[in-house]
Amino acid sequence: MKRASKIYTALIMVFLFAPIAILLVFSFNRAKSLSVFSGFSLYWYRELFRDTETLKAVSNTLILAVSAALISTVMGTAAAVGINRIRSRLLRSALDSVTNIPMINPDIITGISLMLMFVFVGRLFGAATSLSFWTMLIAHITFCLPYVILQVLPKLQQMDKSLAEAAMDLGCTPLRAFFKAELPEIMPGVITGLIMAFTLSLDDFVISYFTSGNGFQTLPIRIYNMTKKTVTPKMYALATIIFFVILALLLVSNLYDDESAQRRRDAKNKKKTREVKT
Amino acid sequence: MKKITALLIAAVLLCSLALTGCGGSSKTLTLNVYNWGEYISDGSEDTFNTIREFEKWYEETYRQKVKVNYTTFASNEDMYAKLSSGAVSFDVVVPSDYMIARMRENNMLLELDFKNIPNYENIDPHFRNLYYDPDNRYTVPYTYGVTGIIYNANVVDEADANDWDLLWNEKYKGQILQFNNPRDAFGTAQYKLGLDINSGDRAEWDKALAELKKQAPLVKSYVMDEIYNMMESGEAAVAVYYAGDYFTMLDAQAEGVDLRFYYPEHTNYFIDAMCIPTCCQNKELAEIFINYMLSPEPAIANAEFIYYASPNTAVYTDEGYIEEMGEEAMQILYPEIGDFAALYNEYAFRSMDEEMLGYVNSLWETLKIN
Repeated sequence: MKRASKIYTALIMVFLFAPIAILLVFSFNRAKSLSVFSGFSLYWYRELFRDTETLKAVSNTLILAVSAALISTVMGTAAAVGINRIRSRLLRSALDSVTNIPMINPDIITGISLMLMFVFVGRLFGAATSLSFWTMLIAHITFCLPYVILQVLPKLQQMDKSLAEAAMDLGCTPLRAFFKAELPEIMPGVITGLIMAFTLSLDDFVISYFTSGNGFQTLPIRIYNMTKKTVTPKMYALATIIFFVILALLLVSNLYDDESAQRRRDAKNKKKTREVKT
Repeated sequence: MKKITALLIAAVLLCSLALTGCGGSSKTLTLNVYNWGEYISDGSEDTFNTIREFEKWYEETYRQKVKVNYTTFASNEDMYAKLSSGAVSFDVVVPSDYMIARMRENNMLLELDFKNIPNYENIDPHFRNLYYDPDNRYTVPYTYGVTGIIYNANVVDEADANDWDLLWNEKYKGQILQFNNPRDAFGTAQYKLGLDINSGDRAEWDKALAELKKQAPLVKSYVMDEIYNMMESGEAAVAVYYAGDYFTMLDAQAEGVDLRFYYPEHTNYFIDAMCIPTCCQNKELAEIFINYMLSPEPAIANAEFIYYASPNTAVYTDEGYIEEMGEEAMQILYPEIGDFAALYNEYAFRSMDEEMLGYVNSLWETLKIN
């Protein structure tokens, strides 16, 4: 039984990572082919850095993802704090369902309805183009919000309610009490929400597709549009770079986590030994 | 002392701001272009960067800056949906023929002012007055192409390579690739049987479906752009695709693969043309851009990049271009077609009414489900 489960895990790993491995290998291909390897070369990396349209799409994607993640984290945290304070059970479950709509809705429905709304509002104001960077940003914030709320709310519920009260007892204004006492408690949830929002925004295709306007295209849309002809190994090079950047970030964050955990353990041990001494 | 320096720095900064403000007094124009992905020479692999060169050329000629917002689409239907949503505004779009006809019927195109497009004279007369624009008022053709059959000569017997029969040949069971979209796939069966590809008669479509069902057990898979990898690597041996794309595959074919190409007797012709939609914000600028695209240097660079045939005489009579493409490519891309217009008007796709399209799609689904 144990062996079977091991084999199963191994199979999953192979099928998950084989495409990435192939992508990595073929990004160094000398020829244009995505199936025949004809020698090592950095040619496609050079080509990638010359392709201004693709680089623009990358920077568009990053700008959009960073701003959408930051804004939705701030809004989502505020919303979670608000929801947490609601006493009425009915109102609370109603709000919960409403925030979950963008999460439960298929992307295509969220995308089209947002587009229709933008067009409608744009027409009201008589604008020639109603879709732009800003509409895409609004759309991305919309679908990132519930994920942030979902991360922060449980942290708020776990938190001891008397913490903020104690801070206010000691002279903090409510705002100060939130920043000094509550926020540090829920910080892990906020950070997870931020990272989730960033990754969701980064690889969203469907909603971006419907809400993108003139000139502002994100990377997933650009790659999709290449499929009339063929996708060149340039994109393999780009994917390889993205893969390694994320790998490096993961390693750094894991190392940092380990170190801080170690430090905490050390501090605890020291305390213990001191207690023993006394 | 510190205050004085701070003041001085502030003054200098203000001055420089004011100066740059003066320098950019003439405002920058914007041109929104909507084209197929990978459908313009973009400066990769040391080619001509059409968009940057246009911006440079425009500034030198008209002493005014222009910024081109270049956006791409993946299919005619995607483009049509975006445009008809009314949410975007483009100045130049490059749809295919049948979509142009549909846009014209729905009053989505503006008439061109050919005074601003003198290079139109470069367009071969064969490509004027075609069904999608009978009076030549809305469009300037950009590329055209013919569908043909690609096969691996190391697997396929030369004697079997004739007409559409190769795609139905039992010998190559499991090595045949078919289009993964209804119009093109049904087209192959219709040309084979000598049916009208734009038929309004349901019985004719049923006949084509029966032919496709006969082919289904032989087909390896229904593909679009996956065809490149499958043919280049030798995974599949027979496919049907556009002539220009054959050369892309040829460039990348693996060892032991020998790709060849031929035209069946009756086959599909398509034209992608530049036009100006009604949402255009600066029509004259759009016409200047279209005119620039027809001038020799950009037109040749684009034809070499896309690998499709060009209807522009300045391109296919250019010696540099002929040499660059090679004799074989010239023969395949520019086949001796006596009367292009007549063939084109008979064998090209036309837009069909909603009801027929719905019927064709339902037939297509029954094929794909089996």
